[in-house]
Amino acid sequence: MSNLPQDIKYAESHEWLKIDADGIATIGITDYAQGSLGDITYVQLPKAGDSFKVGESFGVVESVKAASDLYAPVAGTVVEVNAALDASPDLVNTAPFTDGWMLKIRMDSPASTAALLDAEAYAKLTA
Amino acid sequence: MVDFAGWEMPVQYKSILEEHKTVRRAAGLFDVSHMGEFDVRGADAFAFLQRLLTNDLSKMTPGRIVYSPMCYPSGGVVDDLLVYKRGDGDYFLCVNAGNIAKDLDWIGGQLVALRKPDGARYDVTVSNRSADYALLAIQGPRALEIVQSLAPSAGLGEIKYYHFTDGIEVAGVRCLVSRTGYTGEDGFELYHAPADARALADALLAAGAPLGMELAGLGARDSLRLEAGFPLYGHEITADISPLTAGLDWTVKLKKEGGFVGCEPLAAEMESRASTAPQARAALRKVVFFKTGDRRIVRAGAQVLDAAGEKIGEVLSGTLSPVLNEAIGSASVPASAALEPMFTDIRGTKIALQLVKPPFVQLKK
Repeated sequence: MSNLPQDIKYAESHEWLKIDADGIATIGITDYAQGSLGDITYVQLPKAGDSFKVGESFGVVESVKAASDLYAPVAGTVVEVNAALDASPDLVNTAPFTDGWMLKIRMDSPASTAALLDAEAYAKLTA
Repeated sequence: MVDFAGWEMPVQYKSILEEHKTVRRAAGLFDVSHMGEFDVRGADAFAFLQRLLTNDLSKMTPGRIVYSPMCYPSGGVVDDLLVYKRGDGDYFLCVNAGNIAKDLDWIGGQLVALRKPDGARYDVTVSNRSADYALLAIQGPRALEIVQSLAPSAGLGEIKYYHFTDGIEVAGVRCLVSRTGYTGEDGFELYHAPADARALADALLAAGAPLGMELAGLGARDSLRLEAGFPLYGHEITADISPLTAGLDWTVKLKKEGGFVGCEPLAAEMESRASTAPQARAALRKVVFFKTGDRRIVRAGAQVLDAAGEKIGEVLSGTLSPVLNEAIGSASVPASAALEPMFTDIRGTKIALQLVKPPFVQLKK
């Protein structure tokens, strides 16, 4: 678990969140989550302009084994989704923290990440 | 790992999709030791099995294997199994792991209930040998090469599909070598003593790795069999879905001498199917196979809808075909609806089910 990126935040529901200087958060699912799901076959994502509250389902990730809801770790409005996942959902398996990102959200409140976990706390959760 | 009929089984070693494609391209090694094995022996073994099972065993010679459903008097299925004929009065059955206890109960009950034409009981002994056998399946186009390399003195290529030879040494392990499988590919299933399983698996892996063979788990086993259009007990065939409903007409020999358990309702189902009277056909159901052209998996239990959105059936099995890269599955629908457009709903999206006559992919076997 020592290979968890340190510069991002983690949700207990296994999404990760990386915030840039403009208050845009990039969201994906963790390596632990993709490993538990197995081969990812489909990622259903919202459209740009859709907005979500904290904890609201923003999409579904499907593997051969199961379909699982994705939950918004912060509130905000979608500015971009990763269109590459349409043709290559396996990017979530092969590069969960980079090319397998899912969406970018303009956060309603940039201070609203207090409830999220840092790498160390998330590592403990999934140990 | 998952619990499967009391066995701790790997769903996947690395990736279901990759393991599946490896079997189609090269070969996969499956540990299917959970399967059940019974000996059926005695002077009346043939006559009893011929009554118990829907398929015809009368043409079997020693070394032959026949697939057959075993039905209830209702025509529903107790289990589906492989019958191996070792010799006159000496048969061996391979049954589903989840059904071992049920099958033993059922067969034991039939031994008491069924009588020979002269009123006497069948002279048959059925013994559960499941704990005495481990079972490794090597499946894929390179399977013959791999197993042959470990049994240099045996001509494995001479063993035809659905035939077996007992007592062949593979990597020094005494095996019953069966040219069978559940993937639609060429391959072998090796029955052997559990104590030898590790050594045999290691030898097979060492011999197979240079030819591209890899370990394959339960997940790939399921997607391979569905792509091949093979039924899985509990899905396409159940106590409520007869072999005829499931499209296994070739396994139901209605005309065989002396009849068999489930013969009458199955004959009636066949007659209704041929009838032109709408009332005779109204209750008939049919298992169909479909693909969707979409990657979203249509899972077992999903509703099948007609064009008006009314529920007409349900999905029995569903997965993503790793070869076609689209969702495939099977469903139970009214026989009369099999030519009408069918749909399912995935999270609010209406998806058309395109009916396909399996196999979904071209198979060598």
